[in-house]
Amino acid sequence: MAENQRILVCAGTGCASSGAHKIIDVLQEEIIRQGIQDRVSVVSTGCHGFCEQGPTLIIEPQQTLYTQVKPEDVPEIVAQDLVGGKLVERLLYIDPLTKKPATTFANSNFFAKQVRVVLQNCGFIDPEKIQDYVDNAGYKGLTNALKMSPDEVVEEVKKAGLRGRGGAGFPTGLKWSFCRNSPGNKKYIICNADEGDPGAFMDRGVLEGDPHSVIEGMLIGAYAIGADEGYVYCRAEYPLAIKHMEIAIAQAEQAGYLGENIMNSGFNFRLKIRAGAGAFVCGEETALMASIEGRRGMPNVRPPFPAQSGLWGKPTNINNVETWSSIPHILKNGAEWYTQYGTEKSKGTKIFALTGKINNTGLVEVPMGTTLRDILFDIGGGIQNGKAFKAVQIGGPSGGCLPDEMLDLQVDYDTLTKAGAMVGSGGLVVMDETTCMVDIARFFLDFSQKESCGKCTPCREGNKRMWDILDRITKGEGKLEDLDTLENLALVIKETSLCGLGQNSPNPVLATLKYFRSEFEAHIVDHKCPAHVCTALLTYSIDAEKCKGCGLCAKNCPVGCITGEKKAPHQIDEAACIKCGTCLEKCKFDAVIRL
Amino acid sequence: MCTACENLVDPKQIKLDEVIIKYQYENGPLIPILQEAQEVYGYLPADVLKRISKGTRIPLAKIYGVVTFYSQFRLAPVGRNLINVCLGTACHVRGGANVLDVIEKTTKIKDGETSEDRRYTLEIVACIGACGLAPVMSINGQVYGRLEPENVAEILAKYE
Repeated sequence: MAENQRILVCAGTGCASSGAHKIIDVLQEEIIRQGIQDRVSVVSTGCHGFCEQGPTLIIEPQQTLYTQVKPEDVPEIVAQDLVGGKLVERLLYIDPLTKKPATTFANSNFFAKQVRVVLQNCGFIDPEKIQDYVDNAGYKGLTNALKMSPDEVVEEVKKAGLRGRGGAGFPTGLKWSFCRNSPGNKKYIICNADEGDPGAFMDRGVLEGDPHSVIEGMLIGAYAIGADEGYVYCRAEYPLAIKHMEIAIAQAEQAGYLGENIMNSGFNFRLKIRAGAGAFVCGEETALMASIEGRRGMPNVRPPFPAQSGLWGKPTNINNVETWSSIPHILKNGAEWYTQYGTEKSKGTKIFALTGKINNTGLVEVPMGTTLRDILFDIGGGIQNGKAFKAVQIGGPSGGCLPDEMLDLQVDYDTLTKAGAMVGSGGLVVMDETTCMVDIARFFLDFSQKESCGKCTPCREGNKRMWDILDRITKGEGKLEDLDTLENLALVIKETSLCGLGQNSPNPVLATLKYFRSEFEAHIVDHKCPAHVCTALLTYSIDAEKCKGCGLCAKNCPVGCITGEKKAPHQIDEAACIKCGTCLEKCKFDAVIRL
Repeated sequence: MCTACENLVDPKQIKLDEVIIKYQYENGPLIPILQEAQEVYGYLPADVLKRISKGTRIPLAKIYGVVTFYSQFRLAPVGRNLINVCLGTACHVRGGANVLDVIEKTTKIKDGETSEDRRYTLEIVACIGACGLAPVMSINGQVYGRLEPENVAEILAKYE
């Protein structure tokens, strides 16, 4: 076997934290040791999307996918596969449903059922090399756009039916036309990369793995709108994304895609990066602009809309990473091609981040209109450890939890909003029978009330009061009338808050009340947490008859609150117990009782 | 008397002045300046804020307003080891709170606090982007994933 091979090693944030860089180092050494460095190259790529199985690597052209690779596995991969041409079976991905190994990434369920448009380069090119992007039809969309008039470009995006991927789903082409038609000769465009929703990381995946697609999308947008300056506002928690974007901008400037007279068209555009400073509310358009201007990131009343008076009072257009990154594909392949994916009112594909109690945590891209069941069970591989599905939280702190009976919903903007959730940024957090829904509602409100900027009263005070009530319920001190108070408060906050944070922060509570009311009642009436999560309602003790005194619980207790003589029944000091449940898991004799 | 140190200037201050000059023609320079100043000093001492105010002609009160709005900025120095515990959604449903409990009990500090011996600073963060490895924490940037409450103390002990 003497053909040229490429080893694509995922070095996204997830795989990097489980040791991808070490693997790359060992691979390079090992390849030289085996003397195959002339035909085998190692590429450090962005996220493959398969975070659960990380670190992952793909060998091209065979498309072999190896998962959970450790540095000590590398010599075997090099000797057996790259030199010997035989698969290393034990590192192949085993499908959790069929229990069969997938010999290539394309025939694993996780990849086979996806339609990768925005993610097509992620994990397959070196994001630090512009040539890799150009070789994969990069900047073709820009070339096409520059041959059209700006109005034609706006029309094309309108025809494609692309809607804002940041959450609200506003038609992108229409948004562009507002800014284009706004009077003024200085205009700005902004890429919102302040992906703050906990549980969403698709924008990070794109910025880390394919930064040039965002730059190209912004160039096309700037040309269509008539802007000559742009900002990428990226949250500071994504250092790798910022680094890759900085490299990409520098390379694009050198290659003449950014700067003066781009590709001899007379069109000028400069792009800068601004790092956020840790404020969730800065994902809101007007707050984000305040932050770029160097002020406290507090939202403003609209109108005026950013398209009329945005950054430094100039007409400004903001789209998020995934939206910008979809644009080159539309201009490259045409609006008609794009509309083949999706439903009547929501066109194209959408990236979802699968997390929580699901087998295949990671990034998946599917056409709009795919059902939740397909995403979670076919691609996501179902629930971890054979537990029962309880709910899926969609749309982060602005979305809602949907139960089993809603799994056949087609995921698009309008259907989900009707069901009490929202597409939001696309985070899907899966919960099983051991997740307490009251606790989850409290968790999201905790997040929203901490991140509230404090400018308007309903959001600042209302969310805090709702959190107080939920906290009381999780401690078993709730009253039944609390549920009505929660609903009333939620509706007032939704109606009267200034920005999207406040208007949507009650959604997780409303949706859980709608679909999981019985769990709230169990906490209030029976003082029980059915999922055994709310620690104030739990007690751990040891059954003296069953306990053999093996000491395994005491040894593993993280706070050392279990005592006892060897071979004699042990005791738990309830005052010191943090109720983590480790003893229950470790005991081999079922002697630990949880009430 | 030795006068050698009279001409010495704090090298950190030289860097700070360079940062202020770098952004002098930039629109909206305050946040990038604060970020780079914090990189130089590790936190934002009052004197540094005053110097930034002088250099940029932005009122100190406004700078203080910005510094206290964003969670990234610190007005007090951190300990030798910075522990970031993730309590994002994925980590929450996979037991991040238990991990936090153990850390709080072991280090005897809570969110935002620094231990008296300056050994640890504890900060809760919402998502460091390693959701596949949940629950996670990072110490001085090194990420520890798939944590179990019983092995947290052992990891903490490695950091002096």
